[in-house]
Amino acid sequence: MTAQVITVTSGKGGVGKTTAVANLATALAADGRKVVCIDGDIGLRNLDVVMGLENRIVYDIVDVIEGRCKLRQAMIRDKHHPELYLIPAAQTRDKNAVSPSDMIRICNDLRADYDFVVIDSPAGIERGFRNSIAAADRVLVVTNPEVSAVRDADRVIGILEAEEKGNPALILNRLNPVMVKQHDMLSAEDVLDLLAIQLIGIVPEDENVIVGSNRGTPVVLDPKSRAGQAFRNIAKRLQGQDVPFMDLDKGTGLWNRIQKITGRK
Amino acid sequence: MNFFSRKKSAATSAKERLQLVLVHDRTDLTPAELESLKDELLKTISRYIDIDPEAVQIGLERDGRAQRLVADIPLKSSARRKAG
Ligand SMILES: Nc1ncnc2c1ncn2[C@@H]1O[C@H](COP(=O)(O)OP(=O)(O)OP(=O)(O)O)[C@@H](O)[C@H]1O
Ligand SMILES: [Mg+2]
Repeated sequence: MTAQVITVTSGKGGVGKTTAVANLATALAADGRKVVCIDGDIGLRNLDVVMGLENRIVYDIVDVIEGRCKLRQAMIRDKHHPELYLIPAAQTRDKNAVSPSDMIRICNDLRADYDFVVIDSPAGIERGFRNSIAAADRVLVVTNPEVSAVRDADRVIGILEAEEKGNPALILNRLNPVMVKQHDMLSAEDVLDLLAIQLIGIVPEDENVIVGSNRGTPVVLDPKSRAGQAFRNIAKRLQGQDVPFMDLDKGTGLWNRIQKITGRK
Repeated sequence: MNFFSRKKSAATSAKERLQLVLVHDRTDLTPAELESLKDELLKTISRYIDIDPEAVQIGLERDGRAQRLVADIPLKSSARRKAG
């Protein structure tokens, strides 16, 4: 076994990175994969609450790096899946407590025993972002169909290209098919044309996402949620399966065009 | 549905504005710098050949994730040059 390290990042904050990590990690574990997720947002720990694991934290990633505990001791087992673990971020104000080589070392330590390591990057292009991409085999960039989020995503994609981090793939989150139909929101087609990178999934705006975060139960565990379905599909694509894109907007022909665009890439 | 129905849709306007912004972000070239680049380019070229500055088109174009500086510079014919 040799884990694939997947980093989820964005330019702009609040676009859904932590939501994506919690859901993709849970969906991968539900598919029987051994998964560790790492909260790379030092000082702004969040993945623990979104996954509902905040009460189980004893050690965090800085404790591992500074030798106060072993890596395995800082790994919190998920409530729903025994083969899913979380390594929480520290709430320390010292963001320099973690370096890119620390992240590489931790990920290399995990590679032999797990299928996937999923890293939640902080927003922006600073230290935490550099740490989070250091060990990545694959980077997923999350954006929303909105001008500032798309602009900042483009900036991050440019940096990833310059650092030769392979081809990043795009998660377009919070798409509202009704607004797209009314031409009040950028369509998936528009965003793909602008950013010109490979698409790995489109997640609709869905209030169940917020309900799930409130409960500490990622929305992929809700079989009826549209966003949950979208994240389950992305998890399948990460495992190398060819899953067709969901028809978020039946009957407009829009989706057929998207299929064509992405099929060509 | 759209109060400003004569206007461009919000989606079209977002896309057009982003197309421009991204081209400049990606090249680290401001619109003002692009203008002075064009001016210098025209000056240099007209030292060697006769061109009509009005007919010249120089701009940045997107090609996937790459940017291109595309110039279309029609030359005046040498016959016209001799006559003129
Ligand atoms: N598809 C969706 N539908 C509805 N709400 C969503 C969706 N995706 C994310 N959200 C909500 O958006 C908010 C921000 O999400 P999240 O915390 O995952 O973003 P982030 O990119 O990790 O933010 P930060 O940059 O602060 O780390 C949360 O309240 C989340 O519940
Ligand atoms: Mg986050």
